[in-house]
Amino acid sequence: MSFTNPPELRYARSHEWVHIDGDIATVGITDYAQHALGEVVYVDLPDVGSHFAIDAIYGAVESVKAASDLYAPVGGDVLAVNQTLFDAPEQINNAPYEAGWMLKLRITALNAELLDAAAYAQYCAELAH
Amino acid sequence: MSRAEPLQRTPLHERHVALGGRMVEFGGWELPVQYRGIAEEHRAVRSDVGIFDVSHMGEIEVHGADALAFLQWVLTRDVATLDVGQSGYALICQPDGGIVDDVFVYHLADRWLVVVNAANSARDLAWFRQHAAGFAVTITDRSPQTALVALQGPRAAALLAGLAPELAALPYHGVAAGRLAGVGDLLAARTGYTGEDGFEIFCAADDAGAVWDRLLAAGATPCGLGARDSLRFEACLALYGHEIDAHVNPFEARLGWVVQLDKGDFIGRAALQAIKAAGAARRLVGFAMVERGIARGGYAVQAIDGSPLGHVTSGMPALTVGGHLGMALLASSAAVPGATFDVVIRERPVRAAAMRMPFYSSRRRQARD
Repeated sequence: MSFTNPPELRYARSHEWVHIDGDIATVGITDYAQHALGEVVYVDLPDVGSHFAIDAIYGAVESVKAASDLYAPVGGDVLAVNQTLFDAPEQINNAPYEAGWMLKLRITALNAELLDAAAYAQYCAELAH
Repeated sequence: MSRAEPLQRTPLHERHVALGGRMVEFGGWELPVQYRGIAEEHRAVRSDVGIFDVSHMGEIEVHGADALAFLQWVLTRDVATLDVGQSGYALICQPDGGIVDDVFVYHLADRWLVVVNAANSARDLAWFRQHAAGFAVTITDRSPQTALVALQGPRAAALLAGLAPELAALPYHGVAAGRLAGVGDLLAARTGYTGEDGFEIFCAADDAGAVWDRLLAAGATPCGLGARDSLRFEACLALYGHEIDAHVNPFEARLGWVVQLDKGDFIGRAALQAIKAAGAARRLVGFAMVERGIARGGYAVQAIDGSPLGHVTSGMPALTVGGHLGMALLASSAAVPGATFDVVIRERPVRAAAMRMPFYSSRRRQARD
């Protein structure tokens, strides 16, 4: 099974992606993550204005079977939340890197542990073994 | 749970992989959690017909002159009411009334078959053997050589009628030997764990592939453990380790209907009599989330004022009836119609309201249609 990992993004080992544009980060979960979860039926996201440190739990994504915590791939303050996911959580399955985005953060702490697309793809391949 | 031994595989393992099943661990077995998707498989069983590999279930055979007397001693239910060719739900209880396992008992012509949960299989077998002293019975573990396939859904009988008419004509909870897909010595029962009409088909492990292939070719949708759980949940059927375990008694779990205190003595009878007389301290309560959130097994439940009431046993989106529903084991004072309480989801109290169980009933649906 191969998964899409756009080269312009950075990836956390907890399977969030982050797009960094100046001091603004857009965050979501990866194609690998949405596939592993199965059909997403619910998402819990924070309020605008909340602050998260690197690796802090910012919300949860839930399939029929289980809830999975979401971890902030960078530190920052929440500027925007993708409200459309509350009514259409399946966007996380259908378009994890586009309509499935979750948060926009004003970055307060960059994360040196993030992987590039090739390293993340390798990491996912190793998890499969 | 750490486990030294490798996961067990059913005789249908290669077929699950070939069908794209996503294999996961369950009760020491490697089984598909889903093929195409839980929601799609759930829908197939509610509106059409699905097929499940449940070969992980344990099969314990009991025969001998004292088979009935022995089963009356180890089970809470009066199984003397089950004639040859009938089956029924029953419980094994500890002397203190805690539930050892929930089982299905089949009365066959020359023996009894007790189908038990996979994860409890070894313990149940040991329990039976331990309590068999003084009874003229032979207890045999048939699990290793037995496969079990469940055909479930409103179209199950029509599908089976085309392959094995005599089995398709079985009454509710009836069990009979029969023939299907060229397999001459299989056993079918009109039972299931989905809230729908359906059949469970026992056959030799070596014959499982032929039976599975024939039912699949006839149009049944392969379904995984995920849909099995979402279907049984909507029908409010207990799952061992969730609604029931050794620390829960039948009256708490609303399973008093399978405890016949007047059938004669049995393991747990004195304790269960006392619990019934005093009234259960806790009760299983169905509920719907009123505010946004999904309750999951293990989450705490508290009164509106924050005082503890109990815990969620199972919770998820109800795929047929809609809403985010759950079952919880709560202090009996909270187990009243119209009760509201909070489920603690990620450290936040989220409002829920009691809801009548079962959430889904195929008989109710037919009455409405």
